[in-house]
Parts: sequence; structure tokens; C-alpha cells
Amino acid sequence: MKHPKEEELIAYHHGEASEDGTIRAHVADCPECRGELERIDALLAALSALPVPDPGEDYGARVWQRIAPMLPEKRGHWWNLLSTGAVPAHWFSPQRWAAVGAIAALVLAAFVAGRFSSRRLQPSPVADAGNVRERVLIMAVGEHLGRSEMVLVELANAEPQSPRQKRVNISGEQRRAEDLLQENRLYRQTALDQGDTALAGVLDELERVLLDVAHSPQQLTPAQLDGMRQRIEARGILFKVRVVGKELQRREQSTPTPAQTDSVKSERNKA
Amino acid sequence: MNRMRPSVEIVMESDAIAVERTLAGDREAFRILVERHSRKVYQLAYRMTGNSHDAEEVVQEAFLRAYQKLAQFAARANFGTWVYRIAANYAIDRMRQKKTEDAQRENPGRDLEDGTERDLMSAVPDAAPSPERLAQSGQLAVEMRRALSALTPAERTAFVMRHWGGSGIEEIAEALKSSSSAAKNTVFRSVQKLRKALEPYVDRRLQARAMETEL
Repeated sequence: MKHPKEEELIAYHHGEASEDGTIRAHVADCPECRGELERIDALLAALSALPVPDPGEDYGARVWQRIAPMLPEKRGHWWNLLSTGAVPAHWFSPQRWAAVGAIAALVLAAFVAGRFSSRRLQPSPVADAGNVRERVLIMAVGEHLGRSEMVLVELANAEPQSPRQKRVNISGEQRRAEDLLQENRLYRQTALDQGDTALAGVLDELERVLLDVAHSPQQLTPAQLDGMRQRIEARGILFKVRVVGKELQRREQSTPTPAQTDSVKSERNKA
Repeated sequence: MNRMRPSVEIVMESDAIAVERTLAGDREAFRILVERHSRKVYQLAYRMTGNSHDAEEVVQEAFLRAYQKLAQFAARANFGTWVYRIAANYAIDRMRQKKTEDAQRENPGRDLEDGTERDLMSAVPDAAPSPERLAQSGQLAVEMRRALSALTPAERTAFVMRHWGGSGIEEIAEALKSSSSAAKNTVFRSVQKLRKALEPYVDRRLQARAMETEL
């Protein structure tokens, strides 16, 4: 074979040469081309080592702070507002109480609507208090489980930002776990009040995992992080959260009659 | 028991959930995407623009555009790759615009209406640093940055995406709005120019290493 052109050697370096095998064989036998390839490799290796300034671990949070006010609202479902539209940074912030107040107001409104509608001769399914109450709970808990799932998946993915760093920063996940913890308690109690023991059970397990995350140090060693992952995995919480989330989605899509609701509840409780 | 390990699939699944929720009106879900992918996009943007100020603007604009176009993403698989491409597209537009502005400022009488990009290799200062200075730590990095900034925006984009981003030719062609063969040529041209500008320094290092081995 004649000497490959520079273009072909560069493509070979990138693993894109059309005659990869031929070039490899040629380079093995030809000191001149081997030297040329070594120079290309050395140059590109030197460029690979060119450092990029580290914008800092909180860079993503800073980008978010800058762009968040510029993002237009997307038209989603109204119930997103219940748990995500005004998610506060901390439980004790006024927004937190506003969100909780909004949920309570909706549940109360549903209850009142049910009381009035029950006096009609032919009550409409939408106005049924039990249905509305349950629907509000289903939607809000569905959102809550979805966001909890994201935190758990992120923890499963957490790793040091660079090989030189020996600890993993989970402060972002912790902050969100703290927020979720407070909501979780509210939903678990409501599920218990509604007699939905299966849902309350899963929320109880989720609460323990969220507590574990919230009370861990912000900077974890790889061993501590592995320990946390193993505890999460041992509970199978991610799987349970997904299963319950799917079931809630199904229930949300088909508004059941009170009889159907009781039947679904009792079946799940049996399971 | 299998340990829960981070994987591309898990990241993509989590991204897909966040995209779905953002589209449903949950703006906080988009925050997760921003926090997760910002640093990688910043690295690309910095390598393309060569400075932090422009890189930060590219990152910000890339996520704003991603949010606006999120509905178009729904069928795609990898949010990270998608936002990376948006950033590359914006960075190349910005670099071209800046170069045109700079050229007009330097040569007010000369326009670039033929659409060709000026070869800035000639603009690289040719005051070769002494070997002593080159031996100092960081000098090669200075030369590399200078050589990179001398590439045209298209060459720099192609090189950064191919070399640091690991993007394929098709992806680069899409960012450059060119054919695959043109994109391939651009990658080649960028490496050729970098070799021309930097090989004297890299060769010197290779020779030094070879001598150390012999000794």
C-alpha cells in the first residue's frame, strides 16, 4: 500500500478511516507513517489535556437562577400547581404554607361540593365528594411520587464531579428530599385517613428513605454513598414508587365511582 | 445483590421523566435538567468561545432555547445530546457574528459579503517564544488556546464537537448546516491547522521524551 494521506491518518486516529485494517497494517510496517501517526496522537492528546475552568459545583443552580425568571409558563394540568408550581425551598417558607393551604382548600372545597351534591336527586359523578377528594389526592400524590422518583434516580447517578474529588456532593438532592419529606407526611396521613393503607405503607417507606437522605452529610465518601444506595435498593422503594405511581396514573385517567374506588382500595389493601 | 450503579440508561430515563413533567407544566422539573447538564454544556461552550463570559451566555441561551423547543424534543432519546447540539449551534452563530463585527471594526472598508470566513492563521502573532519559556508549565496551553482561536468558527466547532464532545460526523454536519463530506473536511482542516501551529512545540516534547527514554 502507498503511504496514507494526512487526512486518512487523522480519520484513522478518530476511528473513521474507510480502510482501517489496511492503514493499521501499513503503519505497523512503515516507520515514517508510524512517526506521523504518533505526532498526530501526541498533538491531540496534548489538546485533550487543555484545561477548562471549573465553573463550580453550584454552577447549574446559578444558571437556573438566571434563566428561571425568563421561562414562560407551559400550559400544563392545573393540578401541577398543587405540588410543583410553587415549590418552595424550605418547609417553613411562606410558599410552603401557601401550597399546603391550597391543597387543604381544594380538599375542603371537594368535601363541601360533595355535601351539597349529595342532596340532589341525581348527583353527577364529578360532584361526588368522595370522588373529588380522592381525585385531588391521587393527582397530588402522583406528582409527589414522580418528584421523589427523580431524587432517588439522581442519587443512584451521583458521582464525584471529577476523578480528583474524593467526595460526592448531594446537597441538591438533600434540599429536595427535605421538601418532599414534609409533603410526604401530609399525604401519608391523608391516605391513612382515607383508609388507603397500601398507599400509606409505601409513603411510610418513602419517608424513611427521604429521612435517610435528608439527615446524611452533604459531602459523602463513595463508601457512604454506596451504603445509601444499598439501603435504598434493599427497600425496593424505587420499584414500589414506580408501581404505585403507575397505578395512580391509571386511577387518575378513569374517574371511578365510589363503589369502584372502595373496590380498588380493598383489592390493593389485600395485595 | 446487584448494586445500583449509575448508567446512561438511568440518566436518560430520569431526563425523560423531567422532560415529560416540564411539558406538563412543572417548571421545577426543568431545573433538574439545567442543574444536571449545565457543566458539560459549559465545557463545550468554553472550548468553542475561548472565554468564560461568552461561554456562560451560550449556556444560558442553550437552555432557554431548549425550554422553548422542548415539545420538539419529546420523541428524541437523549436530552444531554440535544441541548449540547443547541449550544453548539448558538455558539457557532455567536462566534461568526463576533468575527464579522471584529473584522468590520478593524477594516471598516472591507466587507465579508462573499460569505467566506477569513483565515485567521495569518493573524496569529509569530513571535515564537523561546524554548526556555516553552518549557515552563502552561506555555503550551497558551499556544494551544492561540491556535484554537485562530480557527474559523466552523473549524473550531467541528474540532470541539469531534474531539472533546465525541460527536459523530452526522451530528457535526447538522450543527454546521453542511453535508457530511463537508463536515469531515472541516474536521480534517481544523486538525491540519492545529498541527501546523502547534507541532513544533509538541515535536519538541516528543523528542525530549524520546531522549529521556534513551537515557
